[in-house]
Amino acid sequence: MIKILEVTDVSKAYGGVKANEDISLSIDQGSIVGLIGPNGSGKTTLFNSIVGAHPIDKGSIKFNNEELSSLTVDQISRRGLLRTFQQTKIYGQMTCMMNMKISKKLTGKFSDMFQTIPKEVEEEAEQILSFVGLYQKRNLRAGELSFGQQKLLELAMALINGPKMLILDEPTAGINPTLINGIVDRLIKVNQKYNITLFVIEHNMRVIMNLAQKIYCMAYGRILAEGNPEEIKNNKKVIDAYLGAAH
Amino acid sequence: MFTDFDKKELTGLAFLLFLGISTPFLFSGYRIQMAELFLFMVYASTWNVQGGKMGYNTFGNIVFFGVGMYVCAATQIAVAFPLSEWTAAGGYKTFVHTPQQYFLGIPLAILLAGIVPAIIALIIGSALLILRGHYFAIGTLGLGIASGEFATSLEIIGGGQGMTVPFWPKIAGGAPHAFLGGGVNFFFTLSFLLFLVVFFFLRWLYKTRFGLILTAIRDNEDKAESMGIPTMHYKVTGWVFSAFFMGIAGGIFGNINGYIEPTEVAFAGATVGVFMVLMTILGGKGTLWGPIIGAFIFQLFKEFFWTYFLGWQLVALGALIIGIIIFFPEGIMGMLRHKYPALFGEVVDEEARLAQVTINTDD
Repeated sequence: MIKILEVTDVSKAYGGVKANEDISLSIDQGSIVGLIGPNGSGKTTLFNSIVGAHPIDKGSIKFNNEELSSLTVDQISRRGLLRTFQQTKIYGQMTCMMNMKISKKLTGKFSDMFQTIPKEVEEEAEQILSFVGLYQKRNLRAGELSFGQQKLLELAMALINGPKMLILDEPTAGINPTLINGIVDRLIKVNQKYNITLFVIEHNMRVIMNLAQKIYCMAYGRILAEGNPEEIKNNKKVIDAYLGAAH
Repeated sequence: MFTDFDKKELTGLAFLLFLGISTPFLFSGYRIQMAELFLFMVYASTWNVQGGKMGYNTFGNIVFFGVGMYVCAATQIAVAFPLSEWTAAGGYKTFVHTPQQYFLGIPLAILLAGIVPAIIALIIGSALLILRGHYFAIGTLGLGIASGEFATSLEIIGGGQGMTVPFWPKIAGGAPHAFLGGGVNFFFTLSFLLFLVVFFFLRWLYKTRFGLILTAIRDNEDKAESMGIPTMHYKVTGWVFSAFFMGIAGGIFGNINGYIEPTEVAFAGATVGVFMVLMTILGGKGTLWGPIIGAFIFQLFKEFFWTYFLGWQLVALGALIIGIIIFFPEGIMGMLRHKYPALFGEVVDEEARLAQVTINTDD
């Protein structure tokens, strides 16, 4: 299997707080990998390190065999490694359609700036908005959408960008139960149909157990366990630190 | 580019064209005020690129205005006379440009008045635009004040004493100001043309990806970066555009005013620097027409108070600031947008708003 993402011995501290300590993990191309762990265990910090939102203290992060730690956030994104946020980040004053148009991938060249956005992008945006169920809302301001709908919009914005790998921070948080099944279905289709590798933080155990082929569990800034969903479910350390006896 | 105007825009543009074309004939007593009006529209429209569209409240655009003013005047002088002799004379010795010298100098001076501030914006923008929010605002405020002090210490441009700009040329034996209808007509026309260029340029710019991305930066810069947009390129380029046009506006205003002084005229942060922000907020930040409407109302207000309540004008200005903040926090355009969203192309589709989102897992 080709490794699309390799994280080796990554550490990150905020002042005295060691948010990540010697994290190593690897993700196969085309797979869906989960990341679970109690609040404050360093999951989002790890995501931020991977996408270059802050410098890491030590270690190496490679995407498609390229070292990322010296690249900026937008450069990493243009290489096809995209993330969504736990607290949704959208362009609230603009319509959903405009949010989509702006998210179409750029080359990073100066000439990108002054193009008018071609008609095909609008058609593609409509298709992707239908895919996540937001077609009817396309002309509403994104800020008017509910939190759950904004999560879907974020997913749609990521998809129109054409990523190779998507890093999703709690894609089903704040979403009503009936819609959760739909999102799980869409994420599986994104993975299989478009061959996009997914790395997902999720607290909904039913979702992550159905979705992921491999799961990492973090606690206190370190990787506590890794394995397939069955192994994780039955791992004593994971049960003690995170799942509790009920699972 | 010229075909997609709707009725509202055409009406507005027709009114401005009428003002621009008819002023020298119908309201020739108000040419200076009208030139100032069109320049106000340029200040506000270019400030709006940062303050309105992009959400970066700058007090530094006055720097480009002042630099443009000095560069323009200095170039106009230097094509015919040594600049240091001109400023050292302090107005006691008369230097007179021939029409040839004068009109050779003007296009070159206007061009440089745009280019030099644009280069400055490129350099300081690359450093300052890393700052966000209040930090950026304060950083740029310092820049404006520092520029005024710096100009005061430069002997070659007259230091604190300031410098005069070249007189309008006259033909031997002719009456002063008679040539080509006089300098006032000439610089009024330049102000009007500059406004038109800025208007059409920004109208085009806001329709490209650039315009959309400026708004994206305002709404959520972190998101824009994480979607692969090199936001710094856009921020710096936007500032370079503003600086270019503010510089030319400064060059023209210097000629209208006739005399350049470093802190009150060129780097006039407390007047022009604040006016451009006020006009934009009054009209509506982030819109193409907001700054234009704001500038129009502001100029009427200003002329009225400066004429009839001289001495009270600063009190009136303070009252205006408070009034704008309380009654028009989003400006006139923002208020209209709330009241008549359909006029602004916004969807008022209640069905879409209330629709439940469902995902059909069969397809």
